[in-house]
Amino acid sequence: MSAGPVGARTGSMRAYRLAVAGRVLMAGIGGYAVAALASALLALILPGARAEAVSAALVASFAIMAAAVVWVFAAPTLGRAALGLGFATAVLIAALWLAGAFQPGGAA
Amino acid sequence: MSRPRSFRQSMAWLHTWSGLVVGWVLFAIFVTGTASYYRTEVSHWMRPELTDAQADPVAAATRAGAFLQRTMPDAAGWSVMLPSAGSPAVTVYWWRSFAGPFHHALLDPVTGERAAVRDTQGGDFLYRFHYELNLPPMWGRWIVSACAMILLIALISGIVTHRRIFVDFFTFRRDRSAQRGWLDAHNVMGVLALPFHLMIVYTGLVTLSAMLMPWAVKAAYHGDLLRYYADAGIMVAGRPPAGHPGPAMPLGEIVARAMAATGETPELVMVSNPGDAAASVTAYFEEPPGLAHLHPQIAYDAATGAELGRVGEAGAATRTGAVMVGLHEAHFAAAPLRFLFFLCGLMGAATVATGLVLWSVARAPKNAAPEGLGLHLVRILNLGTIAGLPAGLAAYFLANRLLPVPLDARAEWEIGAFFAVWVLAALASALYPRPLAWPMALAVPGLAFLAIPGVDALTVGEVRFVGFDLAMAAVGLLLLGAARLAGRRALARYPVRTRLHGTAEA
Repeated sequence: MSAGPVGARTGSMRAYRLAVAGRVLMAGIGGYAVAALASALLALILPGARAEAVSAALVASFAIMAAAVVWVFAAPTLGRAALGLGFATAVLIAALWLAGAFQPGGAA
Repeated sequence: MSRPRSFRQSMAWLHTWSGLVVGWVLFAIFVTGTASYYRTEVSHWMRPELTDAQADPVAAATRAGAFLQRTMPDAAGWSVMLPSAGSPAVTVYWWRSFAGPFHHALLDPVTGERAAVRDTQGGDFLYRFHYELNLPPMWGRWIVSACAMILLIALISGIVTHRRIFVDFFTFRRDRSAQRGWLDAHNVMGVLALPFHLMIVYTGLVTLSAMLMPWAVKAAYHGDLLRYYADAGIMVAGRPPAGHPGPAMPLGEIVARAMAATGETPELVMVSNPGDAAASVTAYFEEPPGLAHLHPQIAYDAATGAELGRVGEAGAATRTGAVMVGLHEAHFAAAPLRFLFFLCGLMGAATVATGLVLWSVARAPKNAAPEGLGLHLVRILNLGTIAGLPAGLAAYFLANRLLPVPLDARAEWEIGAFFAVWVLAALASALYPRPLAWPMALAVPGLAFLAIPGVDALTVGEVRFVGFDLAMAAVGLLLLGAARLAGRRALARYPVRTRLHGTAEA
């Protein structure tokens, strides 16, 4: 990245840098969002005592975020990465809605 | 990045760049965290005025309560760490709100007044730097956590990249080329302690999980963290203040009740809403043998001394989280295991350091081509962090012995010495002639650490500190050994060698 290509290649270099910046942002913000939604969902739907579900959700959340980040960087294209992340987010939000997290007063 | 590549290729890219971006901060986190395994020992050494004297915990608690009553009667909370064989003084904290600031003092257990001891943060400075970087606590914790998450990603992508992980483990091509040598060193350090690295980074995130991921508690408990802690068996349930003042028993009376109830001396007593009619005192006992970080607790009414409740039994998931925190802090580890953790921590720091050096060596221009700005910056930051931080640590210890004891704000001066010497060492290393930069930069902290036993002998000179002094000398020798290794490589690669050895060979 240190060697500055000139002429026709400048455009592709800029596209490359934008794509990298896009993945970094998507991994950071999207990865955290997926982990946050998943941990909220796990806390509501895991069987057993409520406190136990929360403990499990806390411990698992970082593994979920790591998996999401690896997905963002491993996906063949930026669009595919966004698609996967968007799909996961939508499913999680729908599941949280079904679990009653967004009702006034909440599921608890 | 835009064209399709294999999974392994994208992970190799991710490993290289994620490692570079946070490498310098991670190195500091690893070094200060590793030193924190001996936080108590560091604190002892830095407060040589404190001597082991078994004090009566009941009387000590009453005197500490009286001190806190004089200091901040309307606090939100007081905490009193009772004297033990490990720490002979009484450590008290008091705060007006949970947002801080948290004031603290060391008390003499016999007089109940501030102990006549030099003002220092001791090992606590290293411990807090490890997860707060000396920044405002929330900022520091979020930055350290982000670095930890990126390290977790770097570890996962590193494992994927390292296809021949088992074969390469037995490969160390020290003499092939500089790049191969650094690569193999990075691999050996990284793989040898890989279980430790994975464990320490994940468990580190779990220790701060309530702050980092509040969403589970938000969803299931409407954000009431204390109620979750009480339900889960992590903390005993508290109660809200009554809003009008009430009497209180002497704190020692409650300690005596806790001792009678369990047969054990509590480590810590915490007073919630002191002076309020609904004030309560919670006694925390030492963790029972095992990995989990779960303290048995009993809460008492501050006015009557009646038992209010005990901490519940933790379930499997909560216990799993608590074991993770326990593994991270290694309170359970006896001396040999603690030393193994210490060595693994050092290997973590070395993995980060060799990775950073490898990045710059792999991109070094061939022949006499000038290095680009980016490469130059990485090289300077590598020198300034990897050699500069140890110089700052040595200065922190030396300042503890050399600064005059009655100096005002002495603890801040010690920390000032740490940062000033770190910055100076980093600036100096940027100016060293390039072939000799590493040997010179590493020799400075090496010599500084070797000076610690001598300075200690001249200023304090107590036999009980010989072990600590020897450890400091060992660190110094390790750094000098590294300087010598880097020097050999530099001499082998640059014509300086002929100049230095010209006369001997002639």
